[in-house]
Parts: sequence; structure tokens; C-alpha cells
Amino acid sequence: MKKSVFLGALTVAGLAAGVAGAATLDDVKARGKLNCGVTTGLVGFAAPDANGEWEGFDVGVCRAVAAAVLGDPTAVEFVPTTGKTRFTALASGEIDILPRNTTWTFSRDVDLKFTFIGVNYYDGQGFMVPKELGVSSAKELDGATVCIQTGTTTELNLADFFRVNNITYEPVPIETNAEAQQQFLAGACDVYTTDASGLAATRATFENPGDYAVLPEIISKEPLGPLVRHGDDEWADIARWTLNALIAAEEYGVTSANVDELASAPTDNPEINRLLGTEGELGAMFGLEPTWAVAAIKAGGNYGELFEKNIGENTPIGLARGLNAQYTDGGLLYTPPFR
Amino acid sequence: MSDTHAETVLFVRETMLEQQEPPSSIVGPVGWARSNLFNGWKNSLLTGLSLAFVLFLLSGLLPWFFSPTWNATSLTECREILAGHEGACWGVIRERWLQLLFGFYPSELYWRPILTLILLLVALGPVLYTDYFPPKLLYFSAAFPFLMPWLLWGGSIWMPIMVAAGFAIGYFVFVALMKVVNAGISLFVAAVAAIVWWIFLAALVTNGIASVVPLVTLEPVPSRNFGGFMLSVTIGVTAIGCSLPIGIVLALGRRSDLPLVKLLCVCFIEFIRGVPLITLLFVASVLLNIFLPPGTNFDIILRVMIMVTLFASAYMAEVIRGGLAALPNGQYEAADALGLDYWKAQRLIIMPQALKISIPGIVSTFIGVFKDTTLVSIIGLIDPLGLANAIRADTAWNGVYWELFIFIGAVFFIFCFSMSRYSMYLERKLQTGHH
Amino acid sequence: MTTLTDPPAESFKLSMLVYDTRYRSYTFQIIALIGVLTLFGWLTNNTVQNLNDLGKEVDFGFLSTPAGYDINQRLIEYDNQDTHLRAAFVGLLNTLLVAVLGCVTATIIGVIVGVLRLSSNWLVARLMTVYVEMFRNVPVLMWIVLAMAILIESLPSPRDFRGDTPEATMKLFDTVAFTNRGVYVPEPLFSRGIGDLSVFGAFGISLDLIAIIVVLIGSFWVAKRIGRKADATQEATGVRPRTWHVQTAVIILPVVILLVLLGFHLGYPALQGFNFQGGTHMRNSLIALWLALSLYTAAFIAENVRAGILAISKGQTEAAAALGLRSNRIMNLVILPQALRVIIPPLISQYLNLTKNSSLAIAVGYMDITGTLMGITLNQTGRELETVLLGMLIYLVISLIISGVMNIYNERKKLVER
Repeated sequence: MKKSVFLGALTVAGLAAGVAGAATLDDVKARGKLNCGVTTGLVGFAAPDANGEWEGFDVGVCRAVAAAVLGDPTAVEFVPTTGKTRFTALASGEIDILPRNTTWTFSRDVDLKFTFIGVNYYDGQGFMVPKELGVSSAKELDGATVCIQTGTTTELNLADFFRVNNITYEPVPIETNAEAQQQFLAGACDVYTTDASGLAATRATFENPGDYAVLPEIISKEPLGPLVRHGDDEWADIARWTLNALIAAEEYGVTSANVDELASAPTDNPEINRLLGTEGELGAMFGLEPTWAVAAIKAGGNYGELFEKNIGENTPIGLARGLNAQYTDGGLLYTPPFR
Repeated sequence: MSDTHAETVLFVRETMLEQQEPPSSIVGPVGWARSNLFNGWKNSLLTGLSLAFVLFLLSGLLPWFFSPTWNATSLTECREILAGHEGACWGVIRERWLQLLFGFYPSELYWRPILTLILLLVALGPVLYTDYFPPKLLYFSAAFPFLMPWLLWGGSIWMPIMVAAGFAIGYFVFVALMKVVNAGISLFVAAVAAIVWWIFLAALVTNGIASVVPLVTLEPVPSRNFGGFMLSVTIGVTAIGCSLPIGIVLALGRRSDLPLVKLLCVCFIEFIRGVPLITLLFVASVLLNIFLPPGTNFDIILRVMIMVTLFASAYMAEVIRGGLAALPNGQYEAADALGLDYWKAQRLIIMPQALKISIPGIVSTFIGVFKDTTLVSIIGLIDPLGLANAIRADTAWNGVYWELFIFIGAVFFIFCFSMSRYSMYLERKLQTGHH
Repeated sequence: MTTLTDPPAESFKLSMLVYDTRYRSYTFQIIALIGVLTLFGWLTNNTVQNLNDLGKEVDFGFLSTPAGYDINQRLIEYDNQDTHLRAAFVGLLNTLLVAVLGCVTATIIGVIVGVLRLSSNWLVARLMTVYVEMFRNVPVLMWIVLAMAILIESLPSPRDFRGDTPEATMKLFDTVAFTNRGVYVPEPLFSRGIGDLSVFGAFGISLDLIAIIVVLIGSFWVAKRIGRKADATQEATGVRPRTWHVQTAVIILPVVILLVLLGFHLGYPALQGFNFQGGTHMRNSLIALWLALSLYTAAFIAENVRAGILAISKGQTEAAAALGLRSNRIMNLVILPQALRVIIPPLISQYLNLTKNSSLAIAVGYMDITGTLMGITLNQTGRELETVLLGMLIYLVISLIISGVMNIYNERKKLVER
């Protein structure tokens, strides 16, 4: 493949480097790498460290899928995308899966022709203000200057919210979270609005986090999920059930520490057995190894472990599980059965 | 005689006086300052204002600049070290400077981009400093374009050799056909032959030979791992290198007598020069895949290189057109008088002179393109500016701002400033050539 | 006597297409045409096929659907229920605004710096060199981002104006507020205004403004007539009648009368709620972009100006000095007018560059045409092909207009040689 890329650079016609056919699974296997679209950098969700290794919650999904399909969590090419380029990159086949905190909406699913494979983070749009402003509700923000990241659904939600409540605002559009943070801290805007998770992550890195408050209003539903192209149901199934496997693993108490032990012999919980491939042939049904889920869980741990490691309460970002807890703990995570 | 003189005048100096030093007010530092800084009240005022401005800037910046935070590993640690004082947090540069220079290129392979850069300088030597390098080195300059992709991207050495073979094939076809038909036609056929070789045969032959004679094979590095300044330099050098031949063709086309060819070239050049580079990059990032055959898909960095090359070639065409226009008409007439046909005249008489005149323009086009590569951060590539954003998304460095930009700005300045100095040196050299 | 006979009429042979210079050029052009048409056909074919695969089609209908997003700086009426087309138009006006402001400032700074670089004052000349080299050798995108950061970090936020002992106060007799959200300056208001002129029912142009401009043009024309008459008198009699006071009166009086009639007064900004209200708000994004683009382009213009001045032969300066002109008058009356001819052609391309560079506005969130049509609209509608092509077309038209206008100006300024 390398050679043809090389040739592609030199000949105008450009030889096909990777063909985005219908069977994404075959492409990924032939390539030996999963191309995964991530943000250009969002604290806790995806960012490269000093060695160029990508880390974060979304990155964990990429690694799990790569491990499930290829057996190797490091066989991932991370493709940084912006709000503008992410959908084209996916549609054109440049990436195989896009876990880039993208909100699942009707028009993206139907009109842009993508398939959302599930939700890896239930989010909602919130507001953050400095405490010294003395604001306790978003409805008191008449005439405020609002920092807002462009290229997302937040823009439209914000416009709707202020129109419905019949108050005015001054939008300050901003490309990246880092710039928004700078403007907000300097007081160039009164309010910063983005997904609540982003607000918490941003607030955590402030010099004096206690001076800032997140307002109680959550003005939208933002189910963030990985997405794949329309029309390749097999690939969508693999991605969907890999995510489900991570969530189910947490539910059944399978962690990266005990997964090997649990997978070595059938346990007395048939659900775990089917998940880990010691019973039944779930993996073979979509053309993967029987131990696909074991590999996925070993890659970065189950959903709970990923959460704790990257954005959980013990990290600087310090997000509570909230809606993202298992249904047994009052959250929304509820996987269909592995059967 | 002398007596009468002595009577009429009271005193006559009879010996020459020793030459005296000029008054201290017009020599030395004082004199220099008086003539260069304080000649007239307006200049004195200007000097005073400028001095105040410079002092104000330095007094604000220097304490911030010299801050003992080199070893900090996170912004919080910087804040602890500084303990409330204002100061830079240089730890981020110490930790990330290699990443800013090389992006995600595997660290054990850093020697490859470094070697490429050194070889680039060696290859440019005989072109840029004609006086100091043996002309034989020009062969190396010709080989470098094939060597560079191999060193950076890795793979089998047969690949660049086979690509070079395409040029050799084209050349032989050209020479063979020259005996039968005229140069234009044979050039056309030669180009077709070479393209056929590249597209259909080279990959096959390479695979064949590489499996039989596995010579030096470097570990392949996908272009996605390119980043930081290495990405900027690679895009810049590739774009300028590829745009030179395209620019020559476009410039000749724009000066052509054939109205249709001229029209096409003018349209292309003016279109590219009329739109901002950022829109071309949008085309590269969101549209190029739509324009190419279904299923074709090569990565974003190559797409960007293609668009930047097109962009650069339009500007290059104008630079070379300027060079062509600067040649005295006599050169064209002399070439005609010698009975040279169009292609021979271009190759032997016009182009060597026109290109020589255009080198300063080419260098400044290069500086422009190199600076413009920062725009790729807007479409999500990890160039120095894009990397700065990514670094700030790391929890340890969230909130760092000026240090990264100062570092990036300084490196850009060093690159561009040395290039612009070179171009000024060249201008001076060319000027003396005419007198 | 033998007569020259025409050579026997050659019958047309295929080989003549290659060997005969009469036909060869046609052959080449037809090959080129076929090549280009094939290329275009190939691209179009690919596009159609790809769009089919994606289930999309080229459709500009989205332009008439409600945009749904807000734009902070709008020169015409706009709210989030207006169409994408109108949003694009708001963006276009913003692009033009910053381009015009930038070109004017860049020219002024560029000329001053270019002249100062040749100053006899060592320190000033060096400082200007440092300025020019710094700005020319660092990417403009960095300057834009830096300018924004400096404005945000160094200016006080509106909060600082609050309280009994505020940290910041309004400047210039409490009329102007410099904040890190922008600069608030007094705005002109008309208590007896004559309303707006509606253009195509789409947006309004203030009739007050038009009235003032018309009156100004009229009075300048009259003033010029008076000047001409004075010239004629001077030619005829050698004595120039004093006209400057009449001319000043002719220019100033009608406008003042008109302003009084319209009930002109200034609206001052005042801190209300979260922000300053009233007055004209020049946002930081505009100022940062304007500043960075002008300073960056000015560095290039300064070099052009310097080259233009150096291109004027020393004899001109000496001749002017021999006439007894002082050095600043030599510069203004003798050198600069001549240098202008050398300066204008590169100046045109600098103006074009500035306009094109204004597309980097998205880096600081200035909503120009790239930010609206090729930014948010593209994101919200997913119509990449249509928005990007339309955006390119708009930029192309702007560029062609600028270079067209400037070329006409250049033709008129050209030295008519004997």
C-alpha cells in the first residue's frame, strides 16, 4: 500500500490507495490498521501526549474496535478531524469509524447518511459563568456575550434557547476549546456554552475552578456516539457490539484485570460466557475471532474503567457518571443481551 | 622682500601646524549619535520616542521571558514555581519541542528527516550558490527529488529508481522520436510513454524486482505521522519542487501565440490567484474525493500537497513570466536567427537566462508558500499551529499560550529570514552581473 | 520573360497536420482542447457518480432555508430565522468591510514605514527594519491569532468598569470604552432622520447617510470650481485671489446645516447589564483581524515603497533641493509622485493578498464569507460542493474587480513617454 501512496503522489492520476468499498471489515483486515477519526484535541476525549500517542475516552473506543477486529489495540491510525472535515472524511472512506463526540441527530443520521452505532456519552449543552456575575439561571443572561464553539449543534441550540425565552445575546464564535477557555478566563465573554462534559473538563484546568459555576439549565440532549457510513450493516454491527461489549462488561463485572481469568474457563454466568466467547459462537457470526470481546476489554478496560481513567472523578476533569451510569445505578447505559 | 612683509604684518606663522583631531562632538560615539540620532529637534524627538518604546517593551517582556520554569512538567507546576509572579512556562517547550519539529514521526527514525534536510541543502547548493559548488553536484540535485520521498516515507529503494526510470524512458523516447518528428510532438509522446510506465508498469516491475533483489528497504512511515515543522517543510518543498516545471509550462503557455492555449493558461492562473488558499484547502479536505474516481482515496496530506502545488504553480508561472519578459527581445531574435526551433530556443537560450533572473522571485514564492502551510491547521492537519492546539488539549498544558506561539514564531522567523537574506544576496549578485 | 507560377496546389495530407506550420498550431490547440475537455468531463463524471453513491445531488435550494444561527457583526438586518443566502450576504459584507479597512490602513502604515526606513535617524531606520522583517517572516495566521490574544489579555473586561472604584474607566472624556470585547465609540444618531431606503426589499440603506454624502460631494464640487476660477484668474493676471476661506465655508456650512436639520447627535456607550449598550461596537475579532492584516501587509507595502523611492534617480532629489524645497516637500512633491508609478503594480497584488488573507478570519471568529457560507452553513447543511464552489466564485469575483479597478487606475497614472 505504501508504494501506491508514493506513486499517487507522483502521478497525477493517483493510484487507489485504499478502496472504500462496501465491505469495510475486509478493508480493515487487509490494511491491518483501523482508521479512526478523532478531534484535533479535546481534553479527556482525545489528545496526543508527548510521545505522539493518542489518549482519551474517544480514543479508547477506537482501540477497543481495533482490538476486536484486528486483535491489536495499537493497530489504529488516528486521523484528526475538525467539525467541518469529520463527515466528509467518513463519507469518503478516509476513516472507518468516527468516535469524535458527535451528537446523534435526525438529519445527520438520515440526510447525511450515517449510522450511529450507539451512545458512548450522554451529554447536554450547559452554560458556565463566573460566580462574581451573580447569575443563577440561564434565563437571566439577557444581553450577555456568549462564547460558543462553531461547527457543532450548540450554535443552533443556543439560538433556539434565546429565541424561545425572548432574550438577546451576543455570540462569539470560536474554533477550538482552548481559545474559548482563554477568552472566557479573560472576561471577553460572560458565558461559555458547550457540552456539559466539555464545561467540566475546561473548568477543571482553571487556576481557580471555584470562581466559576455551571448553571443548572441543560438546554439540549446531546447523545454523543461513534458513527459509521450508511450501507455497511456488518461493519456497523461490529462497531455497535464492541461498544455494547464494553458496557456489558462493566455490568457483569468483567474488567481488564480479570478478563483473562474469566475467559480461561466458562463461568457460571452464561451471559459472561457468551460475551467472552467461552460459550456459543457470537464472534463467528460477524466474522471475528471468538475472543473478540476479550481483546476489546483488554485494550483499555470496560466502559467504567475507560471512563474513570480518562474523564472520571479521579482525573483532573472529574466528571461524575450521572446519566452515564449503568441502568442498575440509575443511569442510561443498558445493553441488549448477548445471546 | 621678507623684511617688508615682516613689517606690515604683526605675526606670520612660519611652520605648519600639526593636524588636529576633529572636535570630540563630531567623532566617536557622541559624534555618531549627533549625526545619526539627534540632528534636528524632529529627529531627537523621534529618537526619544523610539527609545522609550523599546525600553517599555523590554521592561515588560524580559522579566516574563527569563523565568525558571524550564523543568516544569505541567502548567500547575509552573504556577507553583512562579508562586504568583508573571512568567513564561517553558517546560512545555522542553517537553514538546521534538514533537513540534517532527510531529508524530517515530523518534528512532528522526535521522531520516534530518538527513533529508541536510541532503536538501547539499542539493540546493549547486543551484543557489553556483560559484562555490562544483557543477558535478548538479547530478545529485537532479537525483534528490527521487531520494527525498524515499527517505521520508520509506519503502523499497526500487520505487524511486523505477520512478526515475520513467523519466529515462521519456527521455529516450524523446530522443528517438526527434529524428522523425518535431520536438513538440515527440515531447508529447515521451510524456505519454512515461505516464503509461508510471501508472501501469512501475508498480508491477518494482514489486517484481523488490521480491528478487531486496536492496535497501526503509521502514515505511505513513504520511499521517508527519507533523510539526517537518510537515510544513515537506509540503513547502514538495509544492515548490513540483510547481517549478508546471509553472514553466504555464508561463510558456501564457506567452504562447496559440490563442486557445493562452486562454487556458490565463484562466487557470487567474483562477488560482483569485481565490484564497484556504478555499483550495477546503477543496482538498472536503471536495477532492468527490472529484476523483469512486473508490480513489489517498490521504489528506497528499491531497493538500496537490492543492498547494497547484496554488504555488500559478504564482510560479507569474514569476517565470516576469523573468521571460525581462529578457531583451534580442535574445529571442538571435535564437530565431540561428535557426533554432521553438523548443531548442527555449531550452538553450531563453530558459537558462529567464530562470536565473527569476530565482529571487522563486525564493520569495517559496517563503510565501512555506508561511502559508500554517493554514493547513484550519483543516485539521497537525502542523506547528495545529500541534499547539493539540498540546493545549493535554490536561498538563491546558492554558499554555504564548510560549508555544513564541517558539513557533521564532522558528518560522529563522527559516524565512535566512531565505529572504539569501534572496537579497542573490539580487545584489545579479545586479552586478548587468553592469 | 518567365512568370512565376504558383506551386502546384498541394493536396491536403494528414502528415501536414504535423509538419506544416500552417496547420500545426491548429493541431496543437485541438489536442489541448480535447485534453482539457476530457479532463473536465472526467471530473464531472466522477462528481456525478460520487454524489449518486452518496445519495446527494447538486442543489442550491438550501440557500433559501432558515439559517438558524446568529451572527454577531451584521451590517444589514439579520436574525437566525433569515435564510442561508442572507447569512452569506452578511458574511460577504463583513469580508468587504475588513478588506477595505485593511487596505486603507496598510497603505498609510506602509508608506510611512517605507519612508522612515530611509530616514537619516539610525534608530528609527533600524526599528522600521526590525518591524518589516518581523512581520514579513512570520505567517500571517500567527499574527492574527496573536493580535487577538493580545487584545483579549491586555484590555479590561466590561466587568472591570463596574463598582464604585472600578479597575478601568472609559477614555476620552467618558466617550470611548476599550474593553476586551471590543471598542465602543459614540454612534451618530439623527432625531429627525428621513428613514431608510429599501433596496429590493432586502435591506435598507440609511437615507441620512446618502443625503450627507450627496451634500458633501456637491460642496466639494463647488469648492473645486472656485479653485479653478482662482487658477484662471492667476493665469490671466498673475495674482491669485484669496479663496481658501470661501472654499472652507462652502464645504463645511451645507453639511452642518444638514446635520442640524436632521437632528444629529451622538449616542454614547454606557454600561448596562452584562455589556456596554449604545454606541458603535467594533468587535475584537474585527480589530484583531484588521490590525494583523494591515500590519502584515504594510510590511510588504513598505518594502515596495522603499524600492519605489530608491528607483527614483538621485538627480531628482538634488534638482528639487536646488530649487530650494525642504526635505519633506521634496518627498511629497517630487519623489513620491514619481515613485507611485513603480509602487502601484505591486500594491495591487498586496491589496489582493490582503483581501484573500481576510479569509483567515475564522481563526478569530470573525464572521466573514468563509465563516458563514463556507463555515457554519457548510456544517449545518452538509452541502460541501455547493458552498465551497459558491465561496470560491465570490472571492474570484472580488479579486477580479479589485485588479480591474486598480489596473484602470494604474493605466491613468502611467507615465506617458515621448
